[in-house]
Amino acid sequence: MSDAVLAPPRRRALPGSTLVFLALLAALVIAVTLLASAGLVSVSMVKLLGRTLCLCLAAIAMDVVWGYTGILSLGHMAFFGLGGYAIGMWLMWARTEVIVAASLASAPIPPTPAEVEAAIGTQIFGVVGTSDIPLVWAFAHSLPLQLALVVLVPGLLALVFGWLAFRSRVTGVYLSILTQAMTLALSLYLFQNDSGLRGNNGLSGLQNIPGFEAAGQAAVSLAFFWGSALALGLGYVLLAWVVSGKMGSVLRAIRDDEARVRFLGYHVESFKLFVFTLTAVVTGIAGALYYPQAGIINPAEIAPIASIYLAVWVAIGGRGRLYGAVIGAALVSLMSSWFTGGLVPDLDLGIYTLVWTDWWLVLLGLSFVAVTLLAPKGIGGLVDLWTDRRAPDRTGDYGPDKGSLRREEGIAREAGE
Amino acid sequence: MARALLLLVLMALPLALPAQELQSLLQAHAEEVADPSRSSVDTVLDPLVESGLPAVATFLARWQDREVVRNTGDGLFYYAGGTEGGTVTLLDIATGEAAGEAPADAVEEIRPNGGVRREIAGALVAFQLSDPDIRARRAALAEIARSPDESQIEPLLDSLAGEEDDAIRAEKARLVDILRARFGDDTETRVAAIEGMAGDMSTTVRGALSQILATSAYIDTAEPTGNVARLLRPGTDMTMDEAYARLVNAGLAPPRISPEQVRAALIANIADGSVGGEPVSALSSDAARIRAYEALAAQGLAEPFVTEEELQAAVAAHVFAEVHDEDDPAVTDAARAVLTGIERKVGVNQAADLALDAISLASIYFLAAIGLAITFGVMGVINMAHGEFIMMGAYTGYLVQTVIPDYTLSLIVAVPLAFVVGAAAGIAMERLVIRHLYKRPLETLLATFGVSIALQQLAKVIFGTQARPLTSPAWLNGQLAFNEIVAISYIRVAIFVLALIFFGLLLFILRRTRLGLEVRAVTQNPGMAGSMGIDPGRINMLTFALGSGIAGIAGVAIGLYAQVTSEMGANYIVQSFMTVVVGGVGNIWGTLAGAGLIGVLQKGIEWLNPSNTLAAQTYMILFIILFIQVRPRGIVALKGRAAEA
Repeated sequence: MSDAVLAPPRRRALPGSTLVFLALLAALVIAVTLLASAGLVSVSMVKLLGRTLCLCLAAIAMDVVWGYTGILSLGHMAFFGLGGYAIGMWLMWARTEVIVAASLASAPIPPTPAEVEAAIGTQIFGVVGTSDIPLVWAFAHSLPLQLALVVLVPGLLALVFGWLAFRSRVTGVYLSILTQAMTLALSLYLFQNDSGLRGNNGLSGLQNIPGFEAAGQAAVSLAFFWGSALALGLGYVLLAWVVSGKMGSVLRAIRDDEARVRFLGYHVESFKLFVFTLTAVVTGIAGALYYPQAGIINPAEIAPIASIYLAVWVAIGGRGRLYGAVIGAALVSLMSSWFTGGLVPDLDLGIYTLVWTDWWLVLLGLSFVAVTLLAPKGIGGLVDLWTDRRAPDRTGDYGPDKGSLRREEGIAREAGE
Repeated sequence: MARALLLLVLMALPLALPAQELQSLLQAHAEEVADPSRSSVDTVLDPLVESGLPAVATFLARWQDREVVRNTGDGLFYYAGGTEGGTVTLLDIATGEAAGEAPADAVEEIRPNGGVRREIAGALVAFQLSDPDIRARRAALAEIARSPDESQIEPLLDSLAGEEDDAIRAEKARLVDILRARFGDDTETRVAAIEGMAGDMSTTVRGALSQILATSAYIDTAEPTGNVARLLRPGTDMTMDEAYARLVNAGLAPPRISPEQVRAALIANIADGSVGGEPVSALSSDAARIRAYEALAAQGLAEPFVTEEELQAAVAAHVFAEVHDEDDPAVTDAARAVLTGIERKVGVNQAADLALDAISLASIYFLAAIGLAITFGVMGVINMAHGEFIMMGAYTGYLVQTVIPDYTLSLIVAVPLAFVVGAAAGIAMERLVIRHLYKRPLETLLATFGVSIALQQLAKVIFGTQARPLTSPAWLNGQLAFNEIVAISYIRVAIFVLALIFFGLLLFILRRTRLGLEVRAVTQNPGMAGSMGIDPGRINMLTFALGSGIAGIAGVAIGLYAQVTSEMGANYIVQSFMTVVVGGVGNIWGTLAGAGLIGVLQKGIEWLNPSNTLAAQTYMILFIILFIQVRPRGIVALKGRAAEA
């Protein structure tokens, strides 16, 4: 009996599944590249796929923090948005600088640096009724500094927020609500005109990469697609490594019984803080790759609903397995753009015509309830049908305390507590 | 001519008696009307005002506006109508209807001079001030407040005694004080009038006092004379640059050269690729531009820079001060003292008004959150669809209103119906979804969120995206005003009362009834409660129905003052969670404390930064995040074993 408890848990993120995933990702990249160069895939399709890969990266980060560690963060899209804002500031600044330099070059006398800066300020902030350059734009002229901010801003926010939340033992639904409050506060703050980030106008024109105007959108979008795929691949390997081995066991143990792990001598708060901050950084990088492909970012992107959708993707794909998060994010976000794009023919029921642009959200909501109720393992659970086909059916009683071991997320404790 | 006369006679025949009287009154003083002078006009005005005829007010107004004419043919007075082909249409002075025509050269315009017009205006005000129509009196008072004049004191005093309406009498007395304070003959009268205004918070009084205290800027080399409000010392009361800018504005010093002027002068003087000895391509720095400009100035091609020494000297040579427009220091001192007192009182009252606002906001949050608090507290279940239950209640109210046109009756029907709709939705969700997810709170959160997006989109499909009105009955319109500053609308009072009722009702149910006992037992220990013969499943369902039903009623209440949209629930859900979490879970007192704290906090932050409600919400959420650090289990935390559940 005790052997069963002490035996190392069967790993979900086996190197095998990671390799399979990487191979599939490489195959996708090659296929898209070939099809795009043959002109069979449109630029907008390449951008959509590239954006989807970024969302998948955010989803695997969410899976690590929720599916593996049991922290249901409803604020991870705030980090996504912050990463996007950080890169967007440089994109907008550099591009405006090019435009301003071109328009001032025709002036009778050359401009002073102060004049150039004032012209950039007017160009960027005229829309919110000011021409002063806010303090947060201090590093916007420098690509390396803004790239550093892509990592530092989400990382620091997560570090401070996580430290405050975890040290006071805020857990469970309280933590979910608190993270939701965090992202709501951030989006409300950014909605103000005097936040310095152009209020509800957000940052726009991000698809124009300064220095690559001549390359054309086809080449740029393909480059971003490769970049997104690379980031997803590296992120997958990194997070698969984090959740494997002893570290992964501790994380899953925290998910299943936090108090017991603490009594065993682990510093639970440090583990949670590490995971929370690491996933925030990964999500920030995903956002920094996403928004140049989307072209525009505004505070509505950080609204609490976005983070909840992230959780929805992970839940539908299957928690506690990285490839599940990828499947969920890709499937649901692609289906969303398919249904809301008006590409699906309306369903004529005789007495009522189902217009999918209207009814898609109803369908998504209800299917989400169904997945939570009936298939807690999500779509990724289908993989188990294949891998478990020869495994003996020995689930159930592991000893006097039935509640202690859960090998995977989504299996409810029968009794106890 | 004969025909015109005949026509006039014919037209004059059916005239009513009062018009005859007005015309005959005027005819009795025909010379004074036709050619009024300031000394003689009173002999006409007095009998006119005393006659009390309804047409007098119009006549006076038109007389003042130079619209009255005299037909030299018959010697009668008319209003001038349109002129066409040398013929003027004459309008009867009593009825204002066409009363005939006359050739333009036979019509004599009556043009009272400025002094006479003021007299007429005074008489007109006196006339309106004792007008039997209360609206005319209010209009006359508003007119006096807008353009106060010395001549209005007497008519005001005269009409004061006969005034029946208390509010208007007070307003008249206030205006007498204001007019005396400004136009009184001697210092004592004015100071007494100003002191009579003490404690009066109306905007007219505050405006009048500020007007007495108005100052104008004084800049001269000599010390200021007259009633000096304060001396401005450059460097302490204002910066040197501001002082110099004032000198420039007053034309006492040459303006400083701005970078734009430098740039314009340089561009204007470019010759052979260089300007002022500097090549054009080198002008991309401020230092180079200044060198080039100084070279231009030395050649006399541009105005020289104002040096720092010149600036210092110019500022030092002048005295800056603010001087009262009012010469009498005793009057300004009294006005300042009274205004300070009034402003202090206004501040206190604004705080009271803010407190009322905060209580009102808190009661809305309480209504929105109390249902959530019950379900969250008893079952440990987060219901993300709670906001959509609020929305369903509001739409129920809207639908009832489309069926029952009487707003009072429809409200009476809508409130219980909204409870039933909310409760039914709650039971359905508990049976179908939540029941299967006990012990998995995070998944309940997500599943109910799925229900929430489905319901929200469903409402959008059914009712469209535009806001639907939920009209309140007439007796809920208007506001309860305590004085000029402290006021609250009746709808908010009603919501406050509703929140109180629910607070009392829930307290009663939980403390005094069998159901409440069972609910509390299940809250503390479901297993033990079950072994005592209580059916936890049934209790959970009833609790959920109660919480959701209250959400439905909250929807009706919120819909009355905000608009009904498919997203209205989502707007309240985060705030409701905040309220529950801050207050402490599973406790009605806690929810009350949470709602109170959040309401007061939000209004307080809005008061500190009134232009920005977004910032207020941001800071409030930040405060809550920090508050959770200090009291993770809320203001009213459960103690003992129940807290561990």
